[in-house]
Amino acid sequence: MAHESPWMRLALALVVLALFACSEPSAPAPTHADRLHGKLVITGSSTVAPLVAEIGKRFESLHPDVRVDVQTGGSSRGIADARQGLADIGMASRALKSEESDLHGFAIARDGVAVILNAANPVPALTDDQVVAIYTGRITRWSEVGGADAPITVVNKAEGRSTLELFLHYFKIESPAVKAHVVIGDNEQGIKTVAGNPDAIGYVSVGAAEYSAAHGVPIKLLPMKGVVAAIATVKDGSFPLSRPLNLVTKAEPAGLAQAFIDYARSPAVHDLVEQLYFVALES
Amino acid sequence: MTSSSSSTLLRWNPDRVLAAGLRLCAAGAAAIALLIAAFLAVESWPALRHLGIVRFVTDPSWHPAADAAAGTFNLLPMVWGTLCATAGAVLLATPLGVLSALFIHHYAARPVARLHRRMIELLAGIPSVVYGFWGLVVLVPLIRAVQPPGASLLAGILILTLMILPTIALMADAALAAIPAAQLRAAAALGLSRGRTVVGVVLPAARSGLLTGVVLGTGRAIGETMAVLMVCGNVVQTPDSLFDPVRTLAANIALEMAYAMGDHRSALFVSGLVLLAMIAALIGIAARLRPQAVAHA
Repeated sequence: MAHESPWMRLALALVVLALFACSEPSAPAPTHADRLHGKLVITGSSTVAPLVAEIGKRFESLHPDVRVDVQTGGSSRGIADARQGLADIGMASRALKSEESDLHGFAIARDGVAVILNAANPVPALTDDQVVAIYTGRITRWSEVGGADAPITVVNKAEGRSTLELFLHYFKIESPAVKAHVVIGDNEQGIKTVAGNPDAIGYVSVGAAEYSAAHGVPIKLLPMKGVVAAIATVKDGSFPLSRPLNLVTKAEPAGLAQAFIDYARSPAVHDLVEQLYFVALES
Repeated sequence: MTSSSSSTLLRWNPDRVLAAGLRLCAAGAAAIALLIAAFLAVESWPALRHLGIVRFVTDPSWHPAADAAAGTFNLLPMVWGTLCATAGAVLLATPLGVLSALFIHHYAARPVARLHRRMIELLAGIPSVVYGFWGLVVLVPLIRAVQPPGASLLAGILILTLMILPTIALMADAALAAIPAAQLRAAAALGLSRGRTVVGVVLPAARSGLLTGVVLGTGRAIGETMAVLMVCGNVVQTPDSLFDPVRTLAANIALEMAYAMGDHRSALFVSGLVLLAMIAALIGIAARLRPQAVAHA
């Protein structure tokens, strides 16, 4: 036990050092924090909300006098609340429409969904119509789309997931019309299911799929409309099955709202963006 | 005994303290169960008020939405899924578990019995997510070779069987160990064969303990989430065959809770309440069966 105490002391010294090192970047914070106080109400899309809630927690820890209140209710509510001033910032999981040009939108990340097949499946690509037909049960065998003579296993996402919402919205499928054989929860489970079944088709976040495919998991990402499914094409907006995640304000943001939006778009939160399988944007 | 009168005073106080402490702990344990039930009821209340109980069994499907009017909320297919998976697993695991305990006590040589018991204990210690992963990687592809898609009620039943088998086997083991040696000697003295002893003496005498094992195993099967979530396919439908994918109530909560809001979230608490009711019913049935078993013995 006795010889442990120098180690303990060293560990303690390291912890203290680390604390100092941590507090150094925020050394100008006190002057900053003098101005940054109050409550920020952010409402809108349930897709963006988990990300903004995480960013909000980190923002609160940097600025102890600030409270970030995140409420969900859909992109339309985010737009409406921002316009009527009910929220300081609105959240929308889509690009702003032309009639919303009175608002200011700030993309904090992009969300992309890749259709994935098992790597052993010879089908090189599917048209949008073929994907719709497979998911609504009109095509049930791979031979109908140029693959092996085997039944298709349709892998769908559980209700409430943003990936499901984006997928259904893009392909214009009503949720009850989907004829699924397997319903999965998170991306990881979807990737495992497709990797373990040569006849399966599924869809997951592009970030998660690209990571797994690059690390030897036997899945392949299908191109959509000829565009490769990759983080790069989601980032530059050319991948069709993708959407921006926006923060929306009525007026040009100032003060607290501006500080938060700047922070949400900074590289300091890119790890949070990637944790939620969204694609971070270059700032 | 003569000195006990003087030490009674000394012993009395710690005894009281102990009794009070035990009462407190017991009340705490019971209160937690009640608190959880109350919490479930409170969280389910918005859905029950907006939907009524009837819609949970008459709606055309389970396509929940945050707004009660926009979604459909039929829980029945998932109740059936839960019941089928549980019943199948209990039907398979009960004979296996009881026979394994009989093997340990009455048929196996001592080293074999010891090894067998260790293996069953090991089976009990494997985390459920490992069973689920094994099911997903090994069992589901095997079933798919017979009848796609593989993720199915059958896969769920087999995984649950593996998971509750050790519970039932170890409880049966304990029940057989508790049979008075005198009864076994009496059976031997009557010249009963090993088989006759097991059927005529051992099983009736151990009935209550065996039943407890089955009840505990059933409870575990009803509530098991992770492994079932991974192998059952989770499609909300009443299964027509063993090869159909199903979703259990517990899997439903785990799948959807993270992203559910409003009445959808509340409806998930209703499924929790239904699960709780199923377990309560199970305990009720077991409580009614047990005194009978004792009376017979």
